[in-house]
Parts: sequence; structure tokens; C-alpha cells
Amino acid sequence: MGPEILRDISFQIPKGSFQFLSGPSGAGKTTLLRLLFLALAPTRGLITVFGKDRTLIKRNELPYLRRKIGVVFQDFRLLDHMTTYENVALPMRVRGRDESSYRNDVVELLKWVGLGERINVLPPVLSGGEKQRAAIARALIEQPEILLADEPTGNVDPTLARRLLRLFIELNRSGTAVVIATHDLQLMDQVDARRMVLAEGRLTLHD
Amino acid sequence: MTDAAAASGPHTPKDGTLRRRTPIVPQRSVAGRALIIVIAIMTFLSCLTLGAVTLVRDTAAVWQTQIAREATIQIKPDDGFDIEQALVEARDVAAGFAGVRYATIVDREATARLLEPWLGAGLNIDDLPVPRLVIVTIDESAPPDFAAMRSSLEAAVENVSLDDHRNWVDRLITMARTTVTIGLAVLVLMLSATIMTVVFATRGAMAGNEPVIEVLHFVGAESGFIAAEFRRHFLWIGLKGAAIGGLAAIIVFVAFAWWSSMNLATPEADQATALFGNFAIGATGYAGVLIVLVIVAGLTAATSHATVVARLNQIEIGRTDHA
Repeated sequence: MGPEILRDISFQIPKGSFQFLSGPSGAGKTTLLRLLFLALAPTRGLITVFGKDRTLIKRNELPYLRRKIGVVFQDFRLLDHMTTYENVALPMRVRGRDESSYRNDVVELLKWVGLGERINVLPPVLSGGEKQRAAIARALIEQPEILLADEPTGNVDPTLARRLLRLFIELNRSGTAVVIATHDLQLMDQVDARRMVLAEGRLTLHD
Repeated sequence: MTDAAAASGPHTPKDGTLRRRTPIVPQRSVAGRALIIVIAIMTFLSCLTLGAVTLVRDTAAVWQTQIAREATIQIKPDDGFDIEQALVEARDVAAGFAGVRYATIVDREATARLLEPWLGAGLNIDDLPVPRLVIVTIDESAPPDFAAMRSSLEAAVENVSLDDHRNWVDRLITMARTTVTIGLAVLVLMLSATIMTVVFATRGAMAGNEPVIEVLHFVGAESGFIAAEFRRHFLWIGLKGAAIGGLAAIIVFVAFAWWSSMNLATPEADQATALFGNFAIGATGYAGVLIVLVIVAGLTAATSHATVVARLNQIEIGRTDHA
């Protein structure tokens, strides 16, 4: 067993809430997000996701729960052989949905994030900011109940960071709970939202 | 959505042509092409080995039956001994036995021809004490009692001996069995090498697809869906590679058979035919190629499936995670 990364942590993410998760590099932000995303199981402790005890969730139920959670990875995780449109539409495609049922939604969403002109472009051609927005669009396409974003403004300039933040706020207004992991203080100062600060494996809440 | 947006839909580039839907598993990767080549080479070598083993097995069977089909009665000449009379008596005694199809005396001319390579042409056989032969052709399915035949011949004819070729047959059977066993051992080694190469090459090709597995997993794809996508893709790769290798092996078989039939009258072909029959790979060889092809393609698909499942298990238990 490796070192203990998180300990004595207790918090709740209410429906429709907006919060920042911050702390120095290596504090465990990504690990906490992975726990929330059900990509990791805690070595001990209790995590309740959508009212269900994490340890009691069967493996075959996990994909259905994950569909309620949108994730924006720090490294985007776009598939290079697929166009921007196909990457964003991927969550729908893996559910076996007919393309005609989601095509318009994907195009609309891509326009909303400012990628209307980059629909048929492959990710290696996109800039860092465009990749970031494509990754955000993919996380939003299914209108998740909660959005987890890991350093979503880490690769973009301050102007684009503000645009992305506005995008998250808009999403939050439509009812999605948002958790943004960042150590960008300027970004956090722009919104009056709860701050969850991780340091040395412990969490402090600033409501 | 506006009409303009609908007109320039996601799969409709600006030139108006429809874009084909991209498969979830990347189709044209260097690793994929290398895997096809590796599979083709290994399938080709396996099929050649299989063909060679079936050829040796069939030839060994022919050797055995040909030599076991005949026995030889030898009568030595002696002073005042009517060898022609003895030959007729020996032939009649042998032909009377159950299990003997017929017995033929090797006449004076034929005997002289047999000795011609050593003693030259124009040989007067009466000048030399040359033993004479009776060839007994045997029903292989119900051979005669050679001990009884030998006793009867010795009772009826002087200076007679019966050679049932048993020593040769025993040696040939041993040699044929050894040859086939060695061939089978080589085939097992070859198939094992093919299996391992295909498994490792497939796993190597799968390594480049780990990000795809992870992304599919994190966008909520079920394990069965991910595994099926990769299984289908790698089954196709396996089929393509194995078909190329199998087809190349069949071309080699056909070319050998053709070469063999085209050179029937030449001394080289006679030598080869004496050893290997007519160089034709039988139906077993071709069926073997088909079986190897199915095994290799199935193995490729199964390996990709197992790799996906193992990777998903790793992700699920967070073994590869680091903070």
C-alpha cells in the first residue's frame, strides 16, 4: 500500500452547487476528483455517490453512475483519430444512441463553447484552449448532474480562462453542480463560491 | 439550431461531402500494420510446417505399404539342380497360400537386367551361379502366415529361402514413426512460437490503444462494449494477417505440386518422387491451413479481449493511479 494521500476528510457536494478545490501541487486534488468520479476506491472511509455507498455499488452499475458525472481531465484525453464533433459525441455513441438523435445537440454545444468552426478538425490540429473547450463540451454533452474539472484553465491564457469560467457558471445556473480543481487564485477570486482547500492530505472548507 | 447550422452538419465538411463515421478503435496504426505482417509471417511458417509434416506422414505411410506389399522367394542354383522346375514349384506353393494375391517368377531376361548395372550387358546368366527370384504379391489387409509358407517351401523345394522383408518393414516403420514424431514436435514448437508471437504482438499493438480504452471507460462505456469494439477490430486484423500467410502457404503447396508434375520425367524429380511421393499436399494439409488461420485470428481477438479486460480491471481498482 502506498502513502496515505487523503485523511480525515468530510464534505458534501450539494445539488446545483459551485465550488473550487484548491491546494498546492501534489496535495491530492486529482486523487480526490478520481474518488468522486468512481475511478478510485478509498482504502477506508465512506463515500456516498448519488445516495449510494461506494463500496456497495456493483461494478456493472458504475458506467451508469459515471454517465451522471462529467469529467474534464487536465490532459484533455481527446481521441486523436476522431474529429472534435466525434469526440464530443462519444458519450452518446458508446450508449448506442442513433446519431440523428444527438447530432444537433452536439453541434449546438460546440458552437456554445466557441468551436462551431472546428467541428471536423482532428485534436492534434486544435490549440490548447480549443482542446480544453472540446474536453469540456464532451463532459457536458449528457447534461451531467455534477461536473468535475481538473485544472480546466491550466493550459489557457487569462482571457480564455475567464471565458471558460463563465461557461462553468452558466452550466451551474442550469442546475449542474460544479467542482473545479485549480490552484489559480485569480480565477477563484472572480467568483464568490465555496473553496475546498487541500493541504497535506487534509481538507479545509471556506464557505 | 439554425438552418445554416443544419446544412453544414458535423459530418458535412464545407465541400458538402459526407464524412465517413470514424471507427472507435483507430484503424490505421503502425502497430496494427506490423501486427498484420507478424501474423502473416507466423501463419505462413506454421502452414508450411504443417504441410511438410502431412507430406512426411503420407510418404511414410506409402513407404510402409509398398514394402510390406511384397515378399521374395530366393532359390540358389546347385550342380544338377533344375532351378526352373524349382521356381515353378516354389511359385505354386506360395500362390496356394491364403493372403497371397499372386506369385511371379523373375525370368532369366529380367534377372539379367537386374544384374546389368554391375555385370554389364550381354550377360549369359547360365555362366554364373546367380540365385533366381519369385516375387510374391501380398494382400496387405490379410497377409499370409509367413512361417507356414517358409516351412512348406523348404519341404517342397531345395535351396530355397523366403524373405518377407520384415526387417526392412520394421526399420522403415521405426524410421517413419521417428520422422513423423520429429515433424509433429517441430509443428508443436512452431505453433507454440506462433501463439506466443501473436499474443505478444497483439499486446504490443494494444499498448498504443490504452488511452482509447481509458477514455471510453471514463465516458461511461460498459466493459462489454469496449471489449467488443477491440475484439472486432483485432479479429479483422488477425483474419487479414492469417489469410495472407495461409494463402501464401497454399501458393507454395500448389507451386510444388505443379513443379513436381512438370518435371516427372527428369532424374531430379524421380529422386524427389522416390522420397516424397508426388509432392502433393493432401486435403489434410489444406484443412490444416484453414484450422491454423481460424486459430490465429481467434487468438488475436481473444488476446485483445483479455488485454482490454485486464486494463479495465486495473483502472477499476486504481492500481495504476498515482496522486
